[in-house]
Amino acid sequence: MTELEDYAERIESLARRLGLDYYPVDFELAPESLMTEIAVYGLPVRMPHWSFGVRYIHQLVRQSMGHSKIFEVMFPGDPCRAFLMDGNSLAENTLVTAHVLGHADFAKNNQLFARFHAMAGGNIVETAAAHAHRIQLAIESHGVERVESILDAALALESHIDVGAELHRARYPEFVEQKEAPTDTAFQARFRQLPGIEEPKSAKPGLVRAPIPPHAEYDLLWFIANYAAELEQWERDIFLMVRSESFYFYPVFACQIMNEGWASYWHARLLREAEFLPQPLYLSAIKAHSDVVRPFASGQQTALAINPYHLGFTIWERIVEKHGIERAREVRRDEDDFGFIRNWLDEELAKQAGLFVYEARPGDEIRVATKDIGAIREAILAPKFNFGAPRVAAAELKHDGSLTLAHDHPSDGRGLDVTRAKRVLDYVHRVWRRPVRLTTVNERNETVELTA
Amino acid sequence: MTVRLAAETPWYDLFSRGARDWLRHNEKVREAVKETLPELLASSDLMTRPGNRTVAVPVKFLEHARLRLADAQVQQGAGQGKGEPGDILQPGREEGGEAGQAGGTGDGEIRFVVELKVDEIVDWLWEELKLPELKPKRTASMDQAEYVREGWDKRGARSRLDRRRTMKEAVKRHAIQGNAPGSADSTADEEPISLVNEDLRFRQLVRRPSPATSAAVIFALDVSGSMDEAQRRLAKHFFFFALQGIRRQYAKVETVFLAHAAQAWEFDESQFFQASSSGGTVTSTVARLALDIMGTRYDPSRYNVYFFYASDGENAAEDRDEARNSLTEIARLVNYTGYCETGGVATFRPRDTQLAELFTELKGSGLAVGTSHIASQDDVWKAIREFFSQQAASD
Repeated sequence: MTELEDYAERIESLARRLGLDYYPVDFELAPESLMTEIAVYGLPVRMPHWSFGVRYIHQLVRQSMGHSKIFEVMFPGDPCRAFLMDGNSLAENTLVTAHVLGHADFAKNNQLFARFHAMAGGNIVETAAAHAHRIQLAIESHGVERVESILDAALALESHIDVGAELHRARYPEFVEQKEAPTDTAFQARFRQLPGIEEPKSAKPGLVRAPIPPHAEYDLLWFIANYAAELEQWERDIFLMVRSESFYFYPVFACQIMNEGWASYWHARLLREAEFLPQPLYLSAIKAHSDVVRPFASGQQTALAINPYHLGFTIWERIVEKHGIERAREVRRDEDDFGFIRNWLDEELAKQAGLFVYEARPGDEIRVATKDIGAIREAILAPKFNFGAPRVAAAELKHDGSLTLAHDHPSDGRGLDVTRAKRVLDYVHRVWRRPVRLTTVNERNETVELTA
Repeated sequence: MTVRLAAETPWYDLFSRGARDWLRHNEKVREAVKETLPELLASSDLMTRPGNRTVAVPVKFLEHARLRLADAQVQQGAGQGKGEPGDILQPGREEGGEAGQAGGTGDGEIRFVVELKVDEIVDWLWEELKLPELKPKRTASMDQAEYVREGWDKRGARSRLDRRRTMKEAVKRHAIQGNAPGSADSTADEEPISLVNEDLRFRQLVRRPSPATSAAVIFALDVSGSMDEAQRRLAKHFFFFALQGIRRQYAKVETVFLAHAAQAWEFDESQFFQASSSGGTVTSTVARLALDIMGTRYDPSRYNVYFFYASDGENAAEDRDEARNSLTEIARLVNYTGYCETGGVATFRPRDTQLAELFTELKGSGLAVGTSHIASQDDVWKAIREFFSQQAASD
């Protein structure tokens, strides 16, 4: 048994004693190359697409400049799959083991994670690998260009899912009850009472074909997979594969601050209470901890970003201190980052952490705008709204098969980046194969319609 | 809890999905580059290093577009650290031209360079411009005798023994004699097939005439005072692609570079385009020099000779007759004569230069002559297309 295995086992029994509740965790030490790919693809084995190649080069550049070191990645499930970098020191990997247990507890108990687990089962790593394999087969039988044009569209719309809806969703009902005839106005009621031959009563309204979509549909991946008339089955499958991976990514995305904070809280606590760790190892592990949860790079006074580890850690420490660990567990179960920040990041904490809102004006001048707590919360959450994507819905499927997408610009506060929107529309058109339109507004708030 | 060690999964190191997708990205970049090739070539200096067979094109990463909001006038974000409302964290740039531009979009952008092979570019261009392939001249005297394999015989030199054929014959003979190897009742399975003299087959060679596959290209450039840098550059581009096109067709292409003003000289490729001279223009000098070189080194009856001449069209008046005689002589001898007039704006300038008249006259008399006018980079492609289509049609 290696030293790491020994420590890992003892940390685990300590974690159980302290009340962490999780599915078994399968730890693997992986080479840096695999860790890099996980950082790029989000999953150890994922479908091929050229855009990942671009991210891969960016990641390599960041790593070579020392801006990015990947300690661990954990995939929730049953069992959880944790990958630790084999180049980490023993102290770092001991810390990371404790950190992963915090994530595992979070993933089993948080409602968003639990919901995904219930819908999709707990083996995302294998599921994604199976997707990758099927897409590889599709490439072999249909050629890389055709598969790529599907993936261009599906991955571009990756964030456009309805996370409130089910993963496995039925199509809209094809027919609906016709609405009851409007009740008579006072005039009509009197008119009927006039003497004369009674008009025949109209038959009870029957079923009518429902409009598609019956309401603005924000799950674009689902909608296209189900209603694009000319998609072949294997093409639909690819859309749905991308969609199910997005459902997996959503809780990770929407709980990042809570989740990283929770894991950091637990790695700090587990290490503190692990009396079996030799002193030097404990010290270097704690040094690694403070590197991870510091708010800005060493030597700097300010950062134009929030370190989720630091922010989450600070908030959790406060909750445990003021309300006790049991209350903290409830928060971990019930909230996502929106509730977590809005309910638990208070003025005092924001002041203590030195949070502020900055504004960048044309000309690159950046200044501190406000320290108002409401503004701070919204500035932290703004990039997380709607899975980080603008709110665009399928609005209408016309009889000629053309599709109209509508941007809900009042919610987003401004229009779309038109150049990129046009290119996304081109991707969608290659899949939809009938005319596609997208409405949004320009900088003068005038309606713009893009077509492809 | 299990901790699996890296050593237990050594195949993880074999994963290279990132690299695979990166290569696919690069392939797409190449396709994109290919589509904008003519513009791209116009802006890059392909000819600066002759002999360099690749050209480096700086490109940006392809972006996989996503829906996103337009940039806000004032961008907000959450930050952390020391600072009170109103504090400036980063001073703006100097007031001026940059105002109104979204800040920082160009910073930290990674660019990379795609190396394209010149041959590849030329292949793309030929497809793009739908240019026909050149045909070598076919006259009896141009044909070189070549030995080609044809047929088999029972007698021949030992070195031409065709073992495969011979074995086939032996097997056939055995089969006829009823003891074919492999047949069910054969007991001679393991025994090697014996050969007799009858089985031997020898390859036969015959002499066949084949068209000459070597070409010589003579480039002549007017470097007199009236040809400025820009005009020489256009001529250079035209020459370059004409040469690439000819290289596609012939196994062996030799080049001759001649420059002239009042006098003509032969240069090597590296100095050719740098050459310049003041003084008058006497075209016949370079034509004579070309004829000399054909006479001594590239006999037009054995080579496919191409003659390209670039000039601004002005020639000394007293040289007119002499130039006509010598150029006519050249046009009769070579596969094709291309005249490319540089400078001026084609539409504002009637084609009445002495040389333009002269070449038009030659063309009119049924010789394989092409003329084109190059005023800007775009005209180079027109000229190339014209030259290659005319040449193919004249065959």
